[in-house]
Amino acid sequence: MTAPVIEVRALRKTYGSGDTAVHALRGLDLTVRRGEYLAIMGASGSGKSTLLNVLGCLDVPTSGHYLLDGIDTADFGEAQLSLMRNRKIGFVFQSFNLIPRTSALANVELPLVYAGIRRAERRARANAALRLVGLADRAHHRPNELSGGQQQRVAIARALVTGPAIVLADEPTGNLDTRSSQDVMAILDGLHAGGRTVVLITHEDDVAAHANRVVRVVDGQIAQEVRA
Amino acid sequence: MRFTEVLAFAVRGVAANKLRSALTTLGILIGVASVILLIAVGNGASAAVQQSIAGLGTNVLTISPQRAQPGTSAKPLTTADATALADPAEAPAVKSASPVASASATASHAGVSYSIGQFLGTDPAYFGTTNSAVARGALFSADDLAHARKVVVIGATVATQLFPGSDPVGESILVNNIPFTVVGVLAAKGSSGLQDADDTAIAPLSTVQNALTGYGSLSQIVVQATSADTLTAATAQVATILDGRHRIGFGQTADYRLLSQEQLLTARTATTDTFTVLLASVAAISLLVGGIGVTNIMLVTVTERIREIGIRKAVGARRPAILGQFLLEATMLSLFGGALGVAAGFIGTRFTIAGIKPVIVPSSVLLAFAVSALIGLFFGSYPAHRAARLRPIEALRHE
Repeated sequence: MTAPVIEVRALRKTYGSGDTAVHALRGLDLTVRRGEYLAIMGASGSGKSTLLNVLGCLDVPTSGHYLLDGIDTADFGEAQLSLMRNRKIGFVFQSFNLIPRTSALANVELPLVYAGIRRAERRARANAALRLVGLADRAHHRPNELSGGQQQRVAIARALVTGPAIVLADEPTGNLDTRSSQDVMAILDGLHAGGRTVVLITHEDDVAAHANRVVRVVDGQIAQEVRA
Repeated sequence: MRFTEVLAFAVRGVAANKLRSALTTLGILIGVASVILLIAVGNGASAAVQQSIAGLGTNVLTISPQRAQPGTSAKPLTTADATALADPAEAPAVKSASPVASASATASHAGVSYSIGQFLGTDPAYFGTTNSAVARGALFSADDLAHARKVVVIGATVATQLFPGSDPVGESILVNNIPFTVVGVLAAKGSSGLQDADDTAIAPLSTVQNALTGYGSLSQIVVQATSADTLTAATAQVATILDGRHRIGFGQTADYRLLSQEQLLTARTATTDTFTVLLASVAAISLLVGGIGVTNIMLVTVTERIREIGIRKAVGARRPAILGQFLLEATMLSLFGGALGVAAGFIGTRFTIAGIKPVIVPSSVLLAFAVSALIGLFFGSYPAHRAARLRPIEALRHE
C-alpha cells in the first residue's frame, strides 16, 4: 500500500448558524492513496461538492482535519492555501471557469504566471499541456470560440500544467454531450495511467465506471464504499 | 509572481472595456485640466493686476472722494484742492497733482459709434504720472488746457474701434455730439485683469468740465511724489493740506481717501488671491468627483469580475497579486487621465480666457498630477481590497 495523499478525518462543514444552520459535512472520513482513481457519487445536497472544495483548498472546513500529502491544512494561512492550490492541486469545474476574452493559451498559462515561472518556459509548458488534451491548434482561440468539450479540455490542460499530484474534477462531464464526455474521460484516464491521483464527482454510472474505486456520500458522510 | 505580470493583467483589464475606461479617464482628465487651467487663470489675473499697478509707478498717490459720515457734509474734491496740493511751499514732497474728472462718453466717427470705457479730463502732468506715452501724434499741452481747446488723446482700443486701419491723428470725432480733434494716440498698455487700460480717452480738464461734466467735483486727484522715498512725506503733507481745506478735525473721518499704489497693489492682490482660491476649490471638487468616478467604476468592475477573481484564486493567485492587479488598474486609469489632463491644461492655457492670459503655476501641475495618481491608489484600494479578500469558493459561486 502506498502512502495516503489525501487523508480526511471527522470533517465538518456548517453554513450559517443557529436554527438556519446547514450541515453540509457531518464528520466525514476519507483516505485517498497516491495514484488512486476515485469517483464520488451522491444525491444533490449530499455534501459531495463541499467535500471536493475542501479537498481543493477552495473552502475551509468548520472542524476536522484534512491532511494533504501528510501535512495538516488546518494550520495553513491564506498564502499557504494559495500555494497548495497552485502546486499540488489541479481543479476541473463543471462550468469550465475559463477567463473570458482571454485565449486558451493564456488561460492555461495562468497558474504558471502565479507560480512565477518565466515567460518562455510557461509558453512551452502550456503548449505541451494543450497538445496533451488535443487542442494545440486552438491555442489562440478564446473560450467563446470553443465548444463546451473543447473548453473543458482547456480547463483540464490548465489543471495539469503545473504538474500537480492530485487532479480534482467536480462533475467534469455534467455540461457535456456524450461524445465530448468520452473525450474528457479519456484524458482523465490518461492522467491516472500516468500516475496521478484523480478524484472526480459524478452522477453518471458510466463515468464512475472509469474509476477504480467509488464512494457514495449521503447526508455529509461516506455511506457506501464500492471497490471497482 | 513578478510586477510585470500583474501589470500585464491590469492592462488587459483596462483594455477589456474600452468605453468605460475612457469615460473614467475623462472624469480625471477634466478634474486635472480644470485645476491647472483655473489656477493659471487666477494667477494670470493677479500677474496682470500687479503689472498694471507697477506700471503706474511707486511714487503715485491717488485721492478719491469718500462718502461722508452721517451728520456731516462731505466737501467734493475740487480743482482748487489740486492747485493747493501742488504748492511747493506747503507740500515740498509733491511733484505734481493732477485733477481728474471722468465722464461717460460715446464717441462717433464716420458713422461708427463707440462707448469709451474711461473718458478723462486732466492736465498734461497726468501723462507723466501714469507713465502714459504717446504712440502717434502728440499729447495735449498746458496751452490747450488754458484755452479749453477741444482736443483729445485716445487709447489704442478706442483708436482701433473708431479708426480701423486709418490714422486718427488730426481727425475729428464727436464725443456726446461735441466735436473733438484727435491729437494723439497712446501707446498700448494691455488689459489689467478685468479692465482694458487702452479703452480710454483723455482731454484737457477745462474742456471736459466745460463741455461734459460741469465744474463740480473731481473723481480723483493723482499726486506724484518727488521720488519713491518721499512718498510717506508726501502722503502726510497731502493729508494735512486736505484736512485743513475740508475742515476735518482731529479724530474725525476724512471725506476723501488716500491710496498709494502699494496699498492698491496689496488690495488688488488680495482680491485676485481670493479669486484664485475660489477657482482652485471649484477645480478641486471636480477632481474629487473624478476620483469618486474611479471608485465607482472599480467597484462595478470588481463586482462584475468576481468569478474571474475566483478563478484566479482557484489556480493559486495570492492576495497581493489580486490586490495589485486591481490597484494598478485604478491607478492606470487615473494616471492616464491625469497625463491627458495635464496636456489639456497646457493646451487650454495657450488661449486667452475672459480677457486674461493664463499663467501656469508649475506647482499646480505637479499637485494635480500627484493627486490624480493618489486618487487611483486611494479610491482604488477599497474595491481592490474587497476583491482580494474574497474566498475562492464564494467568488466562484457568484453569479
